[in-house]
Amino acid sequence: MINLGMASLRLCAGLAGRWSGFCARSLRTLSGMTVSQIDEEVAKLLQLKAQLGGDEGRHQFTLKTAKGTRDYNPKQMAIREKVFNTIISCFKRHGAENIDTPVFELKETLTGKYGEDSKLIYDLKDQGGELLSLRYDLTVPFARYLAMNKVTNIKRYHIAKVYRRDNPAMTRGRYREFYQCDFDIAGQYDPMIPDAECLKIVHEILSELELGDFRIKVNDRRILDGMFAVCGVPDDKFRTICSTVDKLDKMSWEDVRSEMVKEKGLSEEAADQIGQYVSLQGGMDLAERLLQDAKMSQSKQACAGLTDMKQLFSYLQLFQVTDKVVFDLSLARGLDYYTGVIYEAILTQTGPVPVAAAQNGAGEKAEEGVSVGSVAGGGRYDGLVGMFDPKGRKVPCVGVSIGIERVFSIMEQKAEASAEKVRTTETQVMVASAQKNLLEERLRLTAELWNAGIKAEVMYKKNPKLLSQLQHCEDSGIPLVAILGEQELKDGVVKLRTVHSREEIDVSRAELVEEIKRRTSDI
Amino acid sequence: MAIREKVFNTIISCFKRHGAENIDTPVFELKETLTGKYGEDSKLIYDLKDQGGELLSLRYDLTVPFARYLAMNKVTNIKRYHIAKVYRRDNPAMTRGRYREFYQCDFDIAGQYDPMIPDAECLKIVHEILSELELGDFRIKVNDRRILDGMFAVCGVPDDKFRTICSTVDKLDKMSWEDVRSEMVKEKGLSEEAADQIGQYVSLQGGMDLAERLLQDAKMSQSKQACAGLTDMKQLFSYLQLFQVTDKASAEKVRTTETQVMVASAQKNLLEERLRLTAELWNAGIKAEVMYKKNPKLLSQLQHCEDSGIPLVAILGEQELKDGVVKLRTVHSREEVRFSYTASLSV
Repeated sequence: MINLGMASLRLCAGLAGRWSGFCARSLRTLSGMTVSQIDEEVAKLLQLKAQLGGDEGRHQFTLKTAKGTRDYNPKQMAIREKVFNTIISCFKRHGAENIDTPVFELKETLTGKYGEDSKLIYDLKDQGGELLSLRYDLTVPFARYLAMNKVTNIKRYHIAKVYRRDNPAMTRGRYREFYQCDFDIAGQYDPMIPDAECLKIVHEILSELELGDFRIKVNDRRILDGMFAVCGVPDDKFRTICSTVDKLDKMSWEDVRSEMVKEKGLSEEAADQIGQYVSLQGGMDLAERLLQDAKMSQSKQACAGLTDMKQLFSYLQLFQVTDKVVFDLSLARGLDYYTGVIYEAILTQTGPVPVAAAQNGAGEKAEEGVSVGSVAGGGRYDGLVGMFDPKGRKVPCVGVSIGIERVFSIMEQKAEASAEKVRTTETQVMVASAQKNLLEERLRLTAELWNAGIKAEVMYKKNPKLLSQLQHCEDSGIPLVAILGEQELKDGVVKLRTVHSREEIDVSRAELVEEIKRRTSDI
Repeated sequence: MAIREKVFNTIISCFKRHGAENIDTPVFELKETLTGKYGEDSKLIYDLKDQGGELLSLRYDLTVPFARYLAMNKVTNIKRYHIAKVYRRDNPAMTRGRYREFYQCDFDIAGQYDPMIPDAECLKIVHEILSELELGDFRIKVNDRRILDGMFAVCGVPDDKFRTICSTVDKLDKMSWEDVRSEMVKEKGLSEEAADQIGQYVSLQGGMDLAERLLQDAKMSQSKQACAGLTDMKQLFSYLQLFQVTDKASAEKVRTTETQVMVASAQKNLLEERLRLTAELWNAGIKAEVMYKKNPKLLSQLQHCEDSGIPLVAILGEQELKDGVVKLRTVHSREEVRFSYTASLSV
């Protein structure tokens, strides 16, 4: 009762800022209370608060991260590092360069690029300087970078966090700060070759990450637009029909058709014609068939897209990735700046997906709905850089964004499910002592190992128990322990123990570094 | 970016060599988390616009987020590194050319341990990183808050002026002593007497020997705080020796030579013998020096070793010459061993 009173109070303040007849009426509708009743309740609460001492004295400290953000603990970082290494080595294998941009851009740089999603942009407070906003994706900053530096050709990757003030009610569990992992090729080239390389890269990455089976759906903006045109969709409804068609990965055709007709005002006839096309999937053969299709072939746009699609598939064959690629006419994606080929990769075996993992920013250069199993997405966007260039010079671009947060989630789940421990350090040797008063020797030996480039740890205790030191090895996954003992020191040896097998051998101090290096190169 | 990657690789492999874990935190924190932590610098914090949710600010450093992480996750022990960008609205007029978005690269050890061992490891890490990055020669200056405060106390600085005098003393790396003294007396209202007393101390540099000397110092030893700090400083240096980083961890002059041995004499009229020995060392390929003085004082010769960073000194003396031996002294430890003249070369 009291909570409701407070909620109503806040709502009223938002509406009118003062008690008015109108306000009181809406309040009564909400809570069944009169204005004076609410006043009474608020007064009681304030009295209670005064009794508790308020927060003038002790500052009540809220120990948490900002909503929608999280820390990464060492285990998560270890997983993250492995994933990045796999992805980055693939990018490097393809000759990509790396760039970085600031976390915030001038507000005006981001304005007008994200359509309705613009309300999700984090702005910085006006503190007397330039108006700034946190970047929403890595594509607009990339376009800004190209225009600013007058770059006409580049193959670049960029892995960094982006920021979106997602409304928690709509998209529960989504992070507001999350990684994007983008690869883009900018420049004028012979058609479809760079586009094919992007797909090859997606294929390599998803294979190497061992996430299970996957499919890469491809389509083309020109084919879609051409299809809508020949199906009788009015020009001004293209985008909105497109976003409905995009929901086919989440909704049934019946529901999608219903939305097109009832909510978007499309004729039933047009809807049915669309229905016949969007169920089609195939490879180069489908592109060929559609080029022969009586209706489709009427659209010049669609024919251009279909011809390029055939070309794409011929390159994909050469790249040996056609096993996983499907030409799918229902693939639409948020199409704000795509001008040509578009694609999306999904995992085919998706179990119960943790809700947070449903968000991945996968590819989205202007994301709208993202299907749950989606792990990568992208396409060709030839007009974006021209928007930034003062002379409107165009730099054609094609790229892909890996849904890295989704990949993290999956890997984290796998790690938890498997018996194998995730190591959070790479320490190779623990330097330990079996008796007291051997700190000096331990520190000296540890420094020798560090100087030889060996990863070593020592306990920050003058006289630690051997058991505790061994326990630390087990907990951290350290494979070897070098044990110093009084007798061994006299004999000029060190006991080298393999932690998991408990096997021990005496190694002369002089040969210790070599022996450790030998063993750790095997591991 | 390629350069940056190389630098990060060097630094990160050093952190990993020492068994550090990695964490990451969000780019912004609740405004209240950062409030009251940065003193006057708080005005340099970037705030996010109030868009109806929580009030947020971009992180100013990585240390406060680290402390928040430890408290939030109830972590009592961790050795972690964190490399990430931080944000400061530096006033361009004051700090021209400073970036407002820049990388910080932090390494921290949290937890209760036996004193000074983790502290020594931090210095070992700095030493390793700066060496591996091949930026040229470097020095690591160390001091202790307790020694500073103790020093201020025995010099007659009023308690309530400690922090402000401290920030003035800190300017000695940029300003001359005269200017620093002037600021202490004229701007901060310190007595001239106290300023002069401080002046005698802050010019001191050394290694473990300095810590030992100060523990014996009549004035300093009156401060319990300072003594605790000095004792720990000695302990620190002993660990640094074991870690082999004392060459850089004192405030000795930059080594501009690679001389291995100083040939010295303890008494007068030994120039010939010195020159002869020096020539023998050179002939054996050993880098040696001798003072261009017929009768130098032993102390001066030893001082030269300290100033130049020469690690060994071969001391000739009348008695030793009769006995056919040479005293070989390790400069930093003061340990001496007698070697027969002929054997000394192989050593």
